[in-house]
Amino acid sequence: MAMRPCSEADLAECVRSAASPLRIAGGGTRAIGVTAGEVLETGGLSGVSLYEPGALTLVAGAGTPLAEVEAVLAGEGQRLAFEVPDLRALLGRTGVSTLGGVVAANASGPRRVQVGACRDSLLGVRFVDGRGDVIKSGGRVMKNVTGYDLVKLMAGSRGTLGVLSEVSFKVQARPGAEATLCAEFALAPGVAAMGRALGSPYDVSGAAWVGGEVRVRVEGMAGSVAYRSAALAAVLGNEVRVVTGAQSAALWREVRDVGPLGGLDGPLWRVSVKPSDAPALVEGLEAAVMLDWGGGLVWICGPGDVRARVAALGGHATLMRGEGVVFPPESAAVARLSAGLRARFDPRGILNAGLMG
Amino acid sequence: MDMPIPNAAILGGKARIVARLAAVLPADAVISDPAETRAYECDALAAYRCAPLAVVLPRTTAEVAAALRVCHELRVPVVPRGSGTSLAGGAMPTADCVVLGISRMTAVLDTDYPNRFVRVQAGRTNLAVTGAVEGEGFFYAPDPSSQLACAIAGNIAMNSGGAHCLKYGVTTNNLLGVTLVQMDGTVVEFGGPWADAGGLDLLGLVCGSEGQLGVVTEATLRILPKPEGARPVLIGFDSSEVAGACVSDIIKAGILPVAIEFMDRLLIEVCEDFAKAGYPDCEALLIIEVEGSDAEIDEQLAAIIGIARRHNPVEVRESRSEAEAKRIWLGRKSAFSAIGRLSDYMCLDGTIPVSALPLVLRRIGELGAEHGLRVGNVFHAGDGNMHPLILYDANKPGDLEICEALGAAILKLCVEVGGCLTGEHGVGIEKRDLMGVQFSGPDMEAQMRVKDVFDPGWLLNPAKVFPLEISAGRRAG
Repeated sequence: MAMRPCSEADLAECVRSAASPLRIAGGGTRAIGVTAGEVLETGGLSGVSLYEPGALTLVAGAGTPLAEVEAVLAGEGQRLAFEVPDLRALLGRTGVSTLGGVVAANASGPRRVQVGACRDSLLGVRFVDGRGDVIKSGGRVMKNVTGYDLVKLMAGSRGTLGVLSEVSFKVQARPGAEATLCAEFALAPGVAAMGRALGSPYDVSGAAWVGGEVRVRVEGMAGSVAYRSAALAAVLGNEVRVVTGAQSAALWREVRDVGPLGGLDGPLWRVSVKPSDAPALVEGLEAAVMLDWGGGLVWICGPGDVRARVAALGGHATLMRGEGVVFPPESAAVARLSAGLRARFDPRGILNAGLMG
Repeated sequence: MDMPIPNAAILGGKARIVARLAAVLPADAVISDPAETRAYECDALAAYRCAPLAVVLPRTTAEVAAALRVCHELRVPVVPRGSGTSLAGGAMPTADCVVLGISRMTAVLDTDYPNRFVRVQAGRTNLAVTGAVEGEGFFYAPDPSSQLACAIAGNIAMNSGGAHCLKYGVTTNNLLGVTLVQMDGTVVEFGGPWADAGGLDLLGLVCGSEGQLGVVTEATLRILPKPEGARPVLIGFDSSEVAGACVSDIIKAGILPVAIEFMDRLLIEVCEDFAKAGYPDCEALLIIEVEGSDAEIDEQLAAIIGIARRHNPVEVRESRSEAEAKRIWLGRKSAFSAIGRLSDYMCLDGTIPVSALPLVLRRIGELGAEHGLRVGNVFHAGDGNMHPLILYDANKPGDLEICEALGAAILKLCVEVGGCLTGEHGVGIEKRDLMGVQFSGPDMEAQMRVKDVFDPGWLLNPAKVFPLEISAGRRAG
């Protein structure tokens, strides 16, 4: 039976007294890779403990459902800036995404090109390390360089260094308006067009290539959105269709959740490369492809020597679904440091053991 | 402020250590003459000084690795140094250390506009990074006020911020990759010109680690297209509380200025006296800058002024031209020179939740009165990063100690209201002994374990960040 601590102190006791490996579970919506052990659920550590709309900060238990947080923020016209993907349809999962899982996966959506990843909005964490010690890093203020930045280290560490108990975020006000420019482009010219848009002064908040169409988004005050839409149409160059409001938002939910690749069979890759390398990465592949982050994030579903291609170009490929090694290979020196950190934070090797190396 | 007793064996072995360094580095890259090493005795925290055993000034990553291998083998502590502009003593030497300065490593290695990054040697100054890309309409966003002098290596070590980080983030949000040399000479790459690490975020861990995990020799930095224009508005209020409430309302309304700067009466008067910028006679003043096309700027400023009017400002001055914009910024930008002309001062760097601004400003005034010293406030209000300036007289016996006690009391206050000791300057030696105010034993132990992994012998900048009594068992010698 799964353990489900209801307080940070309970969580610490669960880890301290664990006699065998633990498999850390948030909502189970975005976990990848293989690890074994008794299930330790974080769902009992739930609830928003502090929300100051005027300071753009929110603090919540790691097991708080993402949907609950989004609803609380929406009540004040705010949101998480990094646009959390919902990968349930893509990965064939059910369950309820939790805030801790979002952080553990550093899950970040299309707006990453403008505001950064989950880790860039994350102000602080509390977690229980593999010894059962409660540790905090960061806090709830926007600027904080006091001590080492374990906040960044915990983001994306997938429960291998500690079990998150509480997270705090910088949040963002919802803009008054948004618009998306859609234009037909083949992949390589599409990447170049997105590069022109992102290299313009028009503050693009999304740039994706979906099924032969480039989508470029701007958000902000109504007058500004209209002005920048017109300016970007000229930058893109092709015939442009402008979509606004709820229709624009729907287009970006599709990009965020990798909708076009849902329901397809075969290995599923999530690849980070230099945007200009995206065309070479997928050239000649018999696979479905979607680009986000101006081409810097490449989703590939289908057969192909993806990891060899990434090794030649530079970047990272994560196997989100399929047979093979899940996480990207590391250089010997990086692997040694990562292993050293895991050994220090989790000396008994009981937290999601073997998941990341 | 205590520093460890220098290791007598290292002091006595100076000739041998210098000879070993000279054997692996070019002749002009090793400095050991006390007349010359004195130039490295302090950084911008100039109240504390100590000349190092020797200084090395390598030109390449290979030379950095060679120097570190020698020091590692001989177990000599190394203090990395960018441009020496740290306000926290991050580059302050000890008598038994080798200062490793990377001021000669200034080259631009790669500029890539389609992918929007630049790769530089880490000794290049912050402003010279922008200088390398502004011809193509790009800039590097973090802008610490020392940006003319400070090195990217130091920015990475301290995770530096600046006036414009409200919109663009601090160094860690703009850093894509580094080449790092570990203490044992191992050269390792973290990140690169693509988004997101594949495994653990070691890049994020290194940024802000105050030169204790390794020496950064090269950095890949995100560059951004320059906005079409920028203009500020100046708003005066008859109380600091009201100014703070106005800041909160602007942020909550969803307007994202690039900067919201705050000055209190003392600073307004001192700056006006110095710069004659035409500031109003009032208790608190905000300078709020927005970016975009002319029409976009007008749209945002109109919204900001609409919010400000609800708080009954004593003055609203909107800039209509570049000349007017410059005049508004003139006083703020000369704040530190103006104060420096008036008095010795200590600049603090705590961050607080924006909601606590009125309370903290009032308490700072009370604490100043209790200690008998004047405190002025000029800071980045949008993100709660306070810069209280404590005025004292360095020539008056005991005044520095009172000033430091007041500084500690103010920083404790910042932590009490939910903030932190340092928002952008770093811990260094200055806030080292206050770490226990913000962190528990296990919190600090977890951080020190990170250093154990990167630098098991604790030879890199060892007497910084962590209180000496808790790092004693780990430090060499």
